[in-house]
Amino acid sequence: MTGWLGPDEWQAVALSLRVSLWATVLSLPLGILVAYALARGQFRGKQVLNGLVHLPLILPPVVTGYLLLLTFGRRGLIGGWLEEVFGLVLAFRWTGAVLAAAIMAFPLMVRAIRLAIEAVDPKLEQAAATLGASRIWVFVTITLPLILPGVITGAVLGFAKAMGEFGATITFVSNIPGQTQTLPSAIYTFLQVPGGEASALRLVGVSVGIAMAALLASELLARRAAKRVAGE
Amino acid sequence: MSLSVDITHPFGDFTLKVAFEAPGGITALFGQSGTGKTTVVNAVAGLLRPKAGRITLSDEVLFDASAGICLPLHKRRLGYVFQDGRLFPHMSVRQNLSYGLRFAQKSTQGGTQDRPAVAEVADMLGITGLLERPPGALSGGEKQRVAIGRALLSRPRMLLMDEPLAALDTARKEEILPYLERLRDQTDIPMLYVSHSVAEVARLATTVVVLEDGHVARLGTAERVLSDPDMVRQIGVREAGAVLPASVVRHHGDGLSELSVSGGRLFLPQMDLPPGASTRVRVLAKDVIVALGKPTGLSALNILPAEILTLRGGTGPGVIVQMQCGNDRLLARITRRSADALALKAGTKVHAVIKSVSVARRDVGAG
Repeated sequence: MTGWLGPDEWQAVALSLRVSLWATVLSLPLGILVAYALARGQFRGKQVLNGLVHLPLILPPVVTGYLLLLTFGRRGLIGGWLEEVFGLVLAFRWTGAVLAAAIMAFPLMVRAIRLAIEAVDPKLEQAAATLGASRIWVFVTITLPLILPGVITGAVLGFAKAMGEFGATITFVSNIPGQTQTLPSAIYTFLQVPGGEASALRLVGVSVGIAMAALLASELLARRAAKRVAGE
Repeated sequence: MSLSVDITHPFGDFTLKVAFEAPGGITALFGQSGTGKTTVVNAVAGLLRPKAGRITLSDEVLFDASAGICLPLHKRRLGYVFQDGRLFPHMSVRQNLSYGLRFAQKSTQGGTQDRPAVAEVADMLGITGLLERPPGALSGGEKQRVAIGRALLSRPRMLLMDEPLAALDTARKEEILPYLERLRDQTDIPMLYVSHSVAEVARLATTVVVLEDGHVARLGTAERVLSDPDMVRQIGVREAGAVLPASVVRHHGDGLSELSVSGGRLFLPQMDLPPGASTRVRVLAKDVIVALGKPTGLSALNILPAEILTLRGGTGPGVIVQMQCGNDRLLARITRRSADALALKAGTKVHAVIKSVSVARRDVGAG
């Protein structure tokens, strides 16, 4: 590893931001859906779904990464199919980093949103239905606006987790500079090389900065949304 | 438009088995708490699926257990005013009011007339000045008026109200009751109104359905049900009393208004209705004295000739006397001792001396 001067560092930062943003944006709709199903749904297999969602939180990240490699690798069940049908390769690509980050961030995201949904008074949803709103309309016009603070919190938590994801990512997509070398992998790499501490420290600073900025932004957004929701 | 309900549903310790027809106007579901009133309304609204039975509105089947029909609640088009308002906290009053508009069938009015409709309803409910406020900034009474307006603007075929005034204090109730009366008299939307308050029922109801332990104990027009001596036990002697339709004859210079009821004339403290207007008066059983001859030398102004229909005694010292007075009925609560001393029995011609009359506004048959 050379070039502790900048390009490599910025490459890692930019990649991490890109991976985390995509991971958050792509998993958010599904996260809301799953959170809604877990909070309000009554179906068989609810506990199984709950367990599956939380699995990445409990499993060692390396295990998750390896499982991803097995299923989404080029010879994996889903990975092979994806490549065949869509020409989409995940393993050892930045797209794979997105998948790994999304899966690792998913439980945190779902938890936050689920709590928000559970805090919504179902009586309000009932009232909307008596006014003629179908289930989907009720969700879009009542539930979603009311859980917005929770969704923001969930998204930021997910984003932060994605930014920090290391174990599953490095196992699934390795540590290729410019391809899959995210911020944590870069820090790790710099620490392995003599004289890399300065670069590592700079990246640590960037990490802290991004995390703080995300937190502040979410706090601000969530507070504004909460104010609107409270109706005062 | 008439609602027909015939349902069976397990309810607490007993089985709710209720059948009734609600014609136009306000049908009050009346009874103590825990008798199943809310369950009935929820079944009509579609919030609850009864075990068995059938609910129809005019010709449309809302629910039929044997046919497996249960119209989802958003398709029933019944406006529901909840006890707790349930305004959407993230929307302004205006947005709350117009929420149901987009779902309402456009057939009743041309598609683009939504704005005037909101303005109209807001005006009728006296909430025009609140339109841009968030619900959190409203008082309980204001919230409830917005809830009523919101339900109304969804252009419902019927309004369901589950104790809409129960959470409010007396002053707030007084603030809303006139609007409910206006609703009854100015729109042709039938209402199912749940209440455990006799005063509300006496003032608003066209038809009364009395629920007791999950079944219909009594059913009929407000005048008939409230002047039934058997109702006294349910209502309590303090609040039991008849309701009479009346019309304003003229206002006198000494601060009294003269009203005509079928059995004669009544004098009340000046009221704000013009001569000719119809209204409804409530005469509590405890405020009526029974006299054999027409009493003279008495300060009471309101004395009506009547004929005793029945006497109903309980275990206590009191007797409830039901009298025919013109086309209406009156109740009086007197002591058993007096009843015996006067030898009162069915058919006895008497005079009812009314100590006080309260106005339960507007006429009974308006709906």
